[in-house]
Amino acid sequence: MYKYDQYDQQLVNERVAQYRDQTRRYLAGELKEEEFRPLRLQNGLYIQRYAPMLRVAVPYGLLNSNQIRKIAHIARTYDKGYAHVSTRQNFQYNWPELKNVPDILAELATVQMHAIQTSGNCIRNVTTDQFAGIAPDEVVDPRPLAEILRQWSTFHPEFALLPRKFKFAVSGTTNDRAVVQMHDIGLEFYRNAANELLIKVWAGGGLGRTPILGEVIEEALPWQHMLTYAEAIIRVYNRHGRRDNAYKARIKILVKALGIEEFKRQVEAEWAFHKDGPNTITQAEFDRVAKFFTEPAYAQLADSDAGFDAKRAEEKAFANWVKRNVHAHRQPGYRAVTLSLKVTGVAPGDITDKQLDLVADLADKYSFGELRTTHEQNIVLSDVKLGDLYALWQEARAAGLATPNIGLITDIICCPGGSFCDLANAKSIPIAESIQQLFDDLDYQHDIGDLELNISGCMNSCGHHHVGHIGVLGVDKNDEEWYQVSIGGKQGNDASLGSVIGPSFAADEVAGVVKRLIDVYLENRTPEERFIDTVRRLGAAPFKERVYADRQPGKQKVEA
Amino acid sequence: MSNLIKLQNGAAAIVAVDGWQIVRLPVGEVEVKKQAGKVVLFKLTGAESATAEQIAATEIPAGKVVLPLSVWLARKAEFAARVAAGEVGVWLETHELVETLVADQPDLNVFPLIAVFIERFADGRAYSTGALLRSRFGFKGELRALGDVLRDQLFFLKRCGFDAFDIRADRSAEDALASLKDFSEPYQGATVIEQPVWRRHARG
Repeated sequence: MYKYDQYDQQLVNERVAQYRDQTRRYLAGELKEEEFRPLRLQNGLYIQRYAPMLRVAVPYGLLNSNQIRKIAHIARTYDKGYAHVSTRQNFQYNWPELKNVPDILAELATVQMHAIQTSGNCIRNVTTDQFAGIAPDEVVDPRPLAEILRQWSTFHPEFALLPRKFKFAVSGTTNDRAVVQMHDIGLEFYRNAANELLIKVWAGGGLGRTPILGEVIEEALPWQHMLTYAEAIIRVYNRHGRRDNAYKARIKILVKALGIEEFKRQVEAEWAFHKDGPNTITQAEFDRVAKFFTEPAYAQLADSDAGFDAKRAEEKAFANWVKRNVHAHRQPGYRAVTLSLKVTGVAPGDITDKQLDLVADLADKYSFGELRTTHEQNIVLSDVKLGDLYALWQEARAAGLATPNIGLITDIICCPGGSFCDLANAKSIPIAESIQQLFDDLDYQHDIGDLELNISGCMNSCGHHHVGHIGVLGVDKNDEEWYQVSIGGKQGNDASLGSVIGPSFAADEVAGVVKRLIDVYLENRTPEERFIDTVRRLGAAPFKERVYADRQPGKQKVEA
Repeated sequence: MSNLIKLQNGAAAIVAVDGWQIVRLPVGEVEVKKQAGKVVLFKLTGAESATAEQIAATEIPAGKVVLPLSVWLARKAEFAARVAAGEVGVWLETHELVETLVADQPDLNVFPLIAVFIERFADGRAYSTGALLRSRFGFKGELRALGDVLRDQLFFLKRCGFDAFDIRADRSAEDALASLKDFSEPYQGATVIEQPVWRRHARG
């Protein structure tokens, strides 16, 4: 993975000093609350319901074991002994003290980490496929260009105070796992017939109050122009994006208002001035960064292992885990493993300091000391030998990290919601727990099969409910917490936005509603159909009918 | 003592006497716009800045003056001699487009000074305005930030081509000097420091 040189380290150290002074001035009353707010936000610090929340950047989800140990140490020393993996592959702390944040940042800087631009109206952490560099369907390793993008966007002077937050996702696979269409800018790397590296550029996607899938603005951008083209897009946005209404300030609203053709025309006109400028990426710079992302020292192995096969045949629990949590790898004899952070009774994405330390040990022992966070809020060990899987499973299971539910109904994407977040309309974690409890039986989960259930506590959509096969959204009605349920959302190449099935529900009804949706699916599915396929084939009507069959007409008036 | 910081040959210092007078429009009818009960704080890019009455009523003192863009556009004929004497600058509101000025006056270097008024520090449009003035329209004179100018934005303003910063009156310009040096080696190329770090240094 990328290693800092003196310039990276100096920048992060200077950032710690800058933020330490900003915090000092705020606490001394020299900076007003509204002046400090954008400063702390650009450093990932929110003031939450009970305490500040600090979001630590994990660029494109890649970490080493030392960094994870530092995350554990901070959780222990400055927080309540746990951390949380966010849907942008970052780590979050829910209980740090504002005055301690400069010290936390100083600790992070010692392991080449920071909290720069993890929030605020600026370019946020770049996300990508958690299987980057190992996926069999990968065409281009997205990590070198993601790192180049990270460096360019860090303290970009012109784009430090945009109308609204700005998110990039990059992907280099045939099956998109980075949800590029859901981002302000999505970059899909591919190679043409002449083996040239090109970028398909999507612009104007985003969730939030007005979910919109991005549109293609450029089909075949040569990679050298990635930064200058992004500068042209963002300059148009910085100047013409709306700032008068926070809900209409994302680039998606500008793209919709102008239409993609006119937006593209403005971007192209702007790009004419940037093209071939100093930020044009050279082969030498690409190569310098790319050499950090070379393959680890893989052993030459057969793509089968007798011991593994035997254990799999003997132990159903291990077989279940292999089925759900072990993923294909392009190196023969290796697999990627997802450690599930979705145990019933624990908030989705939460992990304790002890578990973090263990994960670091597992990474060192089994996976070249590297790991990844996922936007589904789990952790991936990317390079595990087939023959080590059983031993890894046993250790992970003992630590509560081997729930065999990846991609199943209990692998819920869920924002912190009203339990922590000040923006939330409603709690989301207890809803996740009620669903996990109802579907706790593993055989039942496995029978239901692939299903993505996403929960957001408010319209900001951190839980990506719009693209959940089943989406749950917390809404506020007369100071009561209600939940809107949608079906038919999907991430990936054939992404779609879910549609709301009808009037919303009380908290204690949600799990039952999900159960009815699942019943309709189980009764109607063809053998090869996943839940989402059945919804697409049948439409929403039979699902709605079942869910609302016995509801009183009067109760339906509580529509949001 | 003014609260004005100027960069000269890379060194920043507080200027004792400015010499320029910023000409302001007389206060007009302020229309408070609301959305969902909240006051709208930001004007849309390209929105009207002043009424004809305000422009006509603006009094221009003798000496070196920095005129509102709207006054310059409407009354430029009055200032030909003063422009020739190098006594006229222009200032833009946050939401005004630099292209509007360029369309009227393609050679910006007739102005020794162009200023951008930052209505709210959290509004990043001034950064693009500065970058365009310098890199696209070749403005070489003093580029000054006015208004809600706070130290924590100075480093960004500097890299977008601003070389004069009129720190908000209730803050110390002396303290603000330090923030111009927040970072030693920025990553990306921009208006000031055009080359990215990997073109400036061998990075192994």
